[in-house]
Amino acid sequence: MAMLHTVNKSPFEKRSLDGALSHAVNGAAILMIEDGIYGALKGTAISGKIEKSLATLKVYVLGPDLKARGMTEDQVIDGVTVVDYAGFVDLVTEYDKVQAWL
Amino acid sequence: MAEPWEEEEGPVKKFMFVNRKAPYGTIYALESLEVVLISAAFDQDVSLVFMDDGVYQIKKGQDSKGIGMKNFSPTYRALEGYDIEKLFVEKESMESRGLTAEDMIVPVEILSKDELTSLMEEQDVILTF
Repeated sequence: MAMLHTVNKSPFEKRSLDGALSHAVNGAAILMIEDGIYGALKGTAISGKIEKSLATLKVYVLGPDLKARGMTEDQVIDGVTVVDYAGFVDLVTEYDKVQAWL
Repeated sequence: MAEPWEEEEGPVKKFMFVNRKAPYGTIYALESLEVVLISAAFDQDVSLVFMDDGVYQIKKGQDSKGIGMKNFSPTYRALEGYDIEKLFVEKESMESRGLTAEDMIVPVEILSKDELTSLMEEQDVILTF
């Protein structure tokens, strides 16, 4: 049962991303939305966590939330896929369940 | 002729507003900005600090059309017009987020955690958002 884990909190402030990463197994995916997008960026103190997880997980980030916060797609860690709202819906239908880490 | 309440000079205190939250995800950043603008009307000695996720509030290039929210970041550039010119960013917060002073929408002074601690000690009032 592949699960989609959504994360909507900044990894610098809350442990939501850590929770998602440590419970994501069996072809699961992580989708970073809202303040969660700060976890998808290159050159930060937590970039390494995501870079490591890419070996076993699919990782996505919501484009409109990046743009709102002044971040561009080329600031996103290589291997992390940027999706729009339609892509968000596709992911929700593609995976069996969604777990929202708030 | 000036009204009595206009002539009277009230006490001027050192106010510091400490911004610690990212914009958009919560209402704190916008609410803080509103209070800062109100404080400007009272001619106080105001300092603004951006630390922790608060440094993201003044990240250049914000475009919130796609999420249906108001982009309030240009307002930080208007603070100068209200004589609010003491803007500080904590170095450690900025660097751990991969940001530099060039990423900021307004001119800021970069302070280390220790320098910021000393500045906090000098204040009369500190409001943290």
